Amino acid sequence: MSTKIQKEARRESMLLNMGPSHPAMHGTIRVMVELDSERILNSEVEVGYLHRGFEKTCEHRTYFNLLPYTDRLNYVSPLINNLGYVMTIEKMLGIDVPERAQYIRVIMSELSRISDHLTCLAAMAMECGAFTVFLYKIKAREFIWDVIERTTGARMTTSYIRIGGVRAELHPDWRDDLKKAIVETRKVLKDVHGLLDKNKIFLNRTRDIAVVSAQTAINYGWTGPCLRSTGVYYDVRKAHPYLVYDKIDFEVPLGERGDNFDRYMVRMKEMEQSLRIIEQAMEMIPEPSSPLQLMAEGMKPAEAIKASRAQKVEERIMLSPNLEGSEKERYKDISTAEKKYTVPPKEDTYTNIEGLINHFKFFMEKHGIRPPKGEVYFSVEGGNGELGFYIVSDGTDRPYRLHLRAPCFHLVSAMEEMIQGHYLADIIPTFGSLNMIGGELDR
Amino acid sequence: MEMEKKKALDDLRKRFSGKIKETFLKFGDEIVIIERDSLLDVVKFLMKEPYSFTMLLDLTCVDHIGQENRFQMVYHLFSLSNNHRLRIKLSLPEKDPVVDSLTSFFKNANWLEREVYDMFGIQFNRHPDLRRLFMYEGFEGYPLRKDYPLRKRQPRIRLRK
Amino acid sequence: MPGKRALSNGNAKSAKEFDMEGGFITTKFNHILGWARKFSLFHYPFVTACCGMEYMSAACAHFDIDRFGAGWTRFSPRQSDMLLVVGTITQKLAPVLRTVYNQMTEPKWVVAFGTCAVSGGIYDNYAVVQGIDRIIPVDIYIPGCPPRPETVLDGLVKLQEKIQNQEQEWRWKRKKP
Repeated sequence: MSTKIQKEARRESMLLNMGPSHPAMHGTIRVMVELDSERILNSEVEVGYLHRGFEKTCEHRTYFNLLPYTDRLNYVSPLINNLGYVMTIEKMLGIDVPERAQYIRVIMSELSRISDHLTCLAAMAMECGAFTVFLYKIKAREFIWDVIERTTGARMTTSYIRIGGVRAELHPDWRDDLKKAIVETRKVLKDVHGLLDKNKIFLNRTRDIAVVSAQTAINYGWTGPCLRSTGVYYDVRKAHPYLVYDKIDFEVPLGERGDNFDRYMVRMKEMEQSLRIIEQAMEMIPEPSSPLQLMAEGMKPAEAIKASRAQKVEERIMLSPNLEGSEKERYKDISTAEKKYTVPPKEDTYTNIEGLINHFKFFMEKHGIRPPKGEVYFSVEGGNGELGFYIVSDGTDRPYRLHLRAPCFHLVSAMEEMIQGHYLADIIPTFGSLNMIGGELDR
Repeated sequence: MEMEKKKALDDLRKRFSGKIKETFLKFGDEIVIIERDSLLDVVKFLMKEPYSFTMLLDLTCVDHIGQENRFQMVYHLFSLSNNHRLRIKLSLPEKDPVVDSLTSFFKNANWLEREVYDMFGIQFNRHPDLRRLFMYEGFEGYPLRKDYPLRKRQPRIRLRK
Repeated sequence: MPGKRALSNGNAKSAKEFDMEGGFITTKFNHILGWARKFSLFHYPFVTACCGMEYMSAACAHFDIDRFGAGWTRFSPRQSDMLLVVGTITQKLAPVLRTVYNQMTEPKWVVAFGTCAVSGGIYDNYAVVQGIDRIIPVDIYIPGCPPRPETVLDGLVKLQEKIQNQEQEWRWKRKKP
């Protein structure tokens, strides 16, 4: 028990420790409360149980190598963290990304946002006792993860969004898979609306609990769905539009009172808007410049290397199935034209000397991506709010300092004030509606 | 919007001339570099209308080891009504890393400054409760300083093997 | 006591090899007890990080862990017999893990889920414990970052085989002198 709350506690009150090993879903945070029968007089939140040294590790890795570390920050919406980091680097280097890659990025980040909101509300509802909602939402999340897996190769921590574009083209049946995921998600959302919106028990537990005014929220630095639930209209996608969000038509739902129920409702409505964005992006995405072709024919790499010793290889090379979607003719759509910031296509690396030199210079120490000296800050709309990256570069291939502006850090710092005066059982839906993600909070 | 952005910087320069060097870096962000003592005045000035920088987005520190002013504090302020971001920087010497606290203006500065104290060892004047945030009691040193090795482990309990 | 520690570690020999008083009936009883214990595992999920998402997937409708009898999550260490350590364990959290392990009653098994629990994962720095076997003894290691739910179910099946084949302890068992 921390000494601060022990010193300040009154003699008649009881000190209770809701320890770091919290029942399942919320990870590791410790809340120490001072109780007077069931009412909370004072509380203290202790964080840092998942501090994994992300910022210090990043100073020892090159810009390309630290992509997997960014996946594991906000692990319920991993592609958005990738996107934030990569766009910061692109701002520093001044790269243009092809349009098809921008649409693919938008689709992927909206799918991540939906899976973030699904997980948050599923955990919140489960802890209030509505176990069915949890099972329905995780089922919908599986369909979304199937789509992500067929394109990127991994369900969660993908490292798909790379500097200058994306890693690989969308898989051949992506439209059908995506339509199926959208239909299933809509069904689940409709069911959950019916189960929870007018449910007296859920309303009693969430209405008028932990009300936060707009003034307080701004003073605490809140952003994202929690700020929008208090009525303030601020969404990074509308205020500082990035990628192709200015061409897509979507609304930003706002709440009124800033209590737990509004935070729940804003997230449900945002999911519907994200589905709209995905449908529009599916219509508006430009066609690939050459028709999508499965990797069935071509030379094997060993033969191609042998043939390239005599002359330049013109035929198609059949790479391993793990690299499907990243063949050379796809590179025009998915990756920037400036060669020195991306990994060159494998066909070039195996068969001609320029490709080999590009590959070598990209990965070798002290070469690779070396941005000019200076510092930059860029932010995207994450699942919880404004996810910002602040990078200081000193001209070498490693960042001098990388700082993450974590949205849920500011949300949780308001927690002590939010639960004061309420009952002990109100901590659970309040904490659930804030969507604390340990990897982002503690970095 | 552009006019208001320029207006804020011009007014700032007029009011606090002599204590400010400012640059407009080519990456598109606006930066204001000030002296350590004028931090509270500058922030109070910027919080008022019509600039209304009412949100503190971020507060962090950069360790330039080897230079005379070793630590550099970086503050990101944001104005919701004008949709305008601003970065304020100030330098601290190594012998005396003390700066004023912004907890009287912004409530999230409480935890942000605790994090900077934990990671860099910078003291904040008039902070209500300056303790470590991420690391545990009994941890010695300040991890994010450049002279703290990455793999130096200080286990809290006795480990097996 | 070395005997008890050996049991949890799984160093015990299989049921056929050790020699017990009473012979046939005790062996059969051992077998039945192993069968009962392996199909009714109550687990305590010590969830910290990203692997928690794959734990949720493994526990829900698509890849059901309840098919294997391990469905009921017990949120108290005293009521559970399998400790599922999911995600990265930091130096700050290590005493908590040891306390939770000590609070569990015999028989107990520990599963390290995900590479961060197995060996520290991609985080080799001042804040992360390089594998939970530095803190508590571990029975099954499930690698992956994060492991697919099928991998988790495979690990669970291996744990079940291990439980079936190890020497069980029960209250009135005659101890060897």
